Amino acid sequence: MHPLLEQLINELPVLLDGAWGTELQAHGLQSGECPDEWNLSHPDQVEAVARRYLNAGSRIILTNTFGANPIRLGEFGLADKALEINHQGVLISKAAAADNALVFASIGPTGKLLMMGNVNEADLADAYSKQAETMVEAGADAIVVETMSDLTEATIAVTSAHATGLPVVACMVYDSGKDKDRTMMGVSPEQATDELRNAGADIVGANCGLGIENYIPVSNRLHKASGNPVWIKPNAGMPEIVDGQVIYGTTPELFSSHLPDLVKAGAGFIGGCCGTSPEFIKAMKKKLTETK
Amino acid sequence: MENLEELYNAILEGRMDAAQNITENALQKDINPQLLIDDHMIPAMDEAGRRFEAGEYFIPEMMLAARAMKAALNLIRPVLLREGAQYVGTVVIGTVKGDLHDIGKNLVAAMLEGSGFEVKDLGVDVAPEKFVDTVKETGAGIIAMSALLTTTMPSMKLTVDVLKQDGLRDKVKVMVGGAPLSPRYAEEFGADGYSENAAAAVNLARKLVTA
Repeated sequence: MHPLLEQLINELPVLLDGAWGTELQAHGLQSGECPDEWNLSHPDQVEAVARRYLNAGSRIILTNTFGANPIRLGEFGLADKALEINHQGVLISKAAAADNALVFASIGPTGKLLMMGNVNEADLADAYSKQAETMVEAGADAIVVETMSDLTEATIAVTSAHATGLPVVACMVYDSGKDKDRTMMGVSPEQATDELRNAGADIVGANCGLGIENYIPVSNRLHKASGNPVWIKPNAGMPEIVDGQVIYGTTPELFSSHLPDLVKAGAGFIGGCCGTSPEFIKAMKKKLTETK
Repeated sequence: MENLEELYNAILEGRMDAAQNITENALQKDINPQLLIDDHMIPAMDEAGRRFEAGEYFIPEMMLAARAMKAALNLIRPVLLREGAQYVGTVVIGTVKGDLHDIGKNLVAAMLEGSGFEVKDLGVDVAPEKFVDTVKETGAGIIAMSALLTTTMPSMKLTVDVLKQDGLRDKVKVMVGGAPLSPRYAEEFGADGYSENAAAAVNLARKLVTA
């Protein structure tokens, strides 16, 4: 275990942040625009998202770099800006966090499938290494590999992140199979824990998915398999369309009402994914204070 | 006589080489190619789809099955075309404008092809006009659209609007899918059908071509 995470484990549960994409959209990010590019074109708005999470009580915030690997940026014609976008993404979150919170840099999937031959392992390793190295140079405190479905891709990303010497958190999305306890590629929490830890992950976890309730049993299994506190960032339920507007069914209060069970299930680092906002973090903070 | 039951198993288990070998042997022995498709290959994909819906199969198993099906079908297609057989229908498929997700769309395209449809895959970030222009060029009876983002879903409705403007709405069926969608949303903007996964998409397309 990396010393930084060992220290954090003494202060559990640690409150993380919520979604960034939906927050940026609320501040003008347009449909089809590259969110990560806003690190260069709209740094103030990106920093404002970070600040809202810090004010709500996040002790670890992520970075607006989820889609900033060169392969994914290539879809927007921005591959040559990858280093700059990642570098700025870390600097923006660090500026907001100052000495009050830690900055864990976010690495997401490329969106390409290895098994379809759309990308090969060497290209993935190259893309993730460049992203991770830039994050270290910019001063990230740790790296979070998140929203992964394919274990090979996740393992390559974790290996690249671990090679930088930073602590690494590795999360996958468990939303498939008859018990909704596998990734869409069929990976179980136990398989993921085994391989991701071998690749150098200090902490394993789950994010996105079907909502907070489904992640209680998943957290339990990740905790048993890894022997460590688990990183959990669920969606605010599944999106629904009401009168043309996108609504996430779970309210901050309903979401945080599941917190005690999630903590019992071994979750130590807790935040939210799609559909969660600073209001969710505030509600979670309140709930944690009440139940301590 | 070739053991044709093995063709079913080879496709269901995603063994492409075996599927090809059995198909080649069967064709050499003048077994009716349509019978290979109807009695062995499509039932195999149906079973793969059933397993997927039951949570027993995951995307890799589905993709391998679709790949084996496609490989076998590539051997059969020239024979069928020589005999004057036709596609079940033509589908123009793509991920909508502003959306770059292609995993689900690719899976649906492979499954449709495997099930005997002619598929025109326009890729990702496809504008409404592009869907409609391709329909005009190909005479396709179905447009299949995918969106993985709540922010790009509205582009589906725009495609329906363009179809209406161009007087094509009653000539083309519109089917949609993708994580943020619901049957209700699909109905609301005037799609002809919504499917939750690739196997259901094939069933839906079959229904729509006969509707």
